[in-house]
Amino acid sequence: MAALAGVLVLAAAGCGGDEAEGGGEPRLVVSAASSMTEALTECARDYAAADVRLQLAGSDELAAQIRQGVKPDVYAAANTRLPDELHDEGLLSRPVEFATNTFVLATPAGSEIDAVEDLRREGVAIAIGSESVPIGAYTRETLALLPRAQEEAILANVRSNEPDVKGIVGKLSQGAADAGFVYVTDVNAAGEELEAIELPAELEPEVTYGAGVVEGARDPGAARAFVEGLVDGPCADALEAAGFGPPPR
Amino acid sequence: MIFRIALGAALAVALVFLTLPVVAIFVDSTPGELIDSLGEPGALDALWLSLRTTATALAIILVVGTPAAYLLATRSFRGKAAVVTLVELPLVLPPAVAGVALLAALGPHGIVGDELDSAGVELTFQTAGVVVALTFVASPFYIRQAVAGFASVDRTLLDASRTLGSSEARGFLRVVIPSAMPSLVAGAALAFGRALGEFGATLMFAGSLQGVTQTAPLAIYERFNVEFEDALALSAVLVAVSAAILLSVKLVQGSEALGGAPR
Repeated sequence: MAALAGVLVLAAAGCGGDEAEGGGEPRLVVSAASSMTEALTECARDYAAADVRLQLAGSDELAAQIRQGVKPDVYAAANTRLPDELHDEGLLSRPVEFATNTFVLATPAGSEIDAVEDLRREGVAIAIGSESVPIGAYTRETLALLPRAQEEAILANVRSNEPDVKGIVGKLSQGAADAGFVYVTDVNAAGEELEAIELPAELEPEVTYGAGVVEGARDPGAARAFVEGLVDGPCADALEAAGFGPPPR
Repeated sequence: MIFRIALGAALAVALVFLTLPVVAIFVDSTPGELIDSLGEPGALDALWLSLRTTATALAIILVVGTPAAYLLATRSFRGKAAVVTLVELPLVLPPAVAGVALLAALGPHGIVGDELDSAGVELTFQTAGVVVALTFVASPFYIRQAVAGFASVDRTLLDASRTLGSSEARGFLRVVIPSAMPSLVAGAALAFGRALGEFGATLMFAGSLQGVTQTAPLAIYERFNVEFEDALALSAVLVAVSAAILLSVKLVQGSEALGGAPR
């Protein structure tokens, strides 16, 4: 047991040294939904007030890590449900809504699919998010609004439940899947490879992003500033440039 | 004296570090909870799929890998070292690289994607794709051990069987394979374990769909985000299966060593 403690002390010492290297700037670990990969990577690089380390994955996986005791400084999710839940569990400060996104149907460029109805066709391979990741929840929510037979026919064509939205993008750009539900920002980030098909307004779910400061953050002030910067600041600008919408008023 | 203490301390650190996470899987929940969690839809599907795909991959590895390893162990030819290195390469490839590589080669846009398509072979999103991923990452584990096993077989035994009129093929089956059996079993067990635990290449190349491509490790990953208990339960089963494999190999090797040791 003493040996184990020794190992832990060494590990802790290692972390401390790492932090000192940042030259006075606090190190900020930001757990963010993978749909923000491009936007946040850009603004994190130029972020002046802290040395930002991004942890990008499905919002659900990041929330599960926080529940298991992992302590990033900021948590930014692709929905408001997960931040609200973490807040209720006493693990996150009161969450802030900082951006919106548009839920779209995406296909590889040049596809013959141009509406949700086309997904019913036999042999169409669809990739969606798994039930627990926000993109997967939005997908199921939307499909449930369709007539029952249509919903079932589309679900029967689902070939993969991906752990995060970038997994869906990968399956589309590799030509493995013919269609998938993603955010418009993912299609923008994929360049010419993918096409976005907007959904009729009555099918489109409201996609609002929420973020908060994780309880026990090493530097709550810096973390708070980063969250505020998602609403108004360089990171907000980067999100807007990537195609995110402003938070709902 | 100090040296011996240092050795003991190193072993103690290694032991605690390696066993604590495994023990935690079983300590974190009661056996009853573990069994209940296995009743969740998808858990048994995932385990069954894992066993089927791993067994299929292992069968392919044994049938192709055994003669290939024999050739590598017994013949010398130009470029042999390069061939051995290429065959062993997946051993050190990160699973994510294996996934990207499989897509680049066998995916719909891969270099032989069109050929596969016109031959009617579909791998992505299919159980067959899982088997391909498992076979790719696990075969070097077997081939490596098998080459070592074949190389250490006493050539005089084979020569003796040849002088008695056996063909090389017959000698291979009757003399070489039995003598190399402990190595073959160890290699097969390692390959089985690696295939059973495969995660990244499977997810990237084959996707994740319950009953089709969602193997136990993929199900654990999905469940971890929702219900940690369920992830623990599936993990516990995989630990038990892996431990059983390891143990049976030790037993087989033990009895082989006793029965087959040269006198």
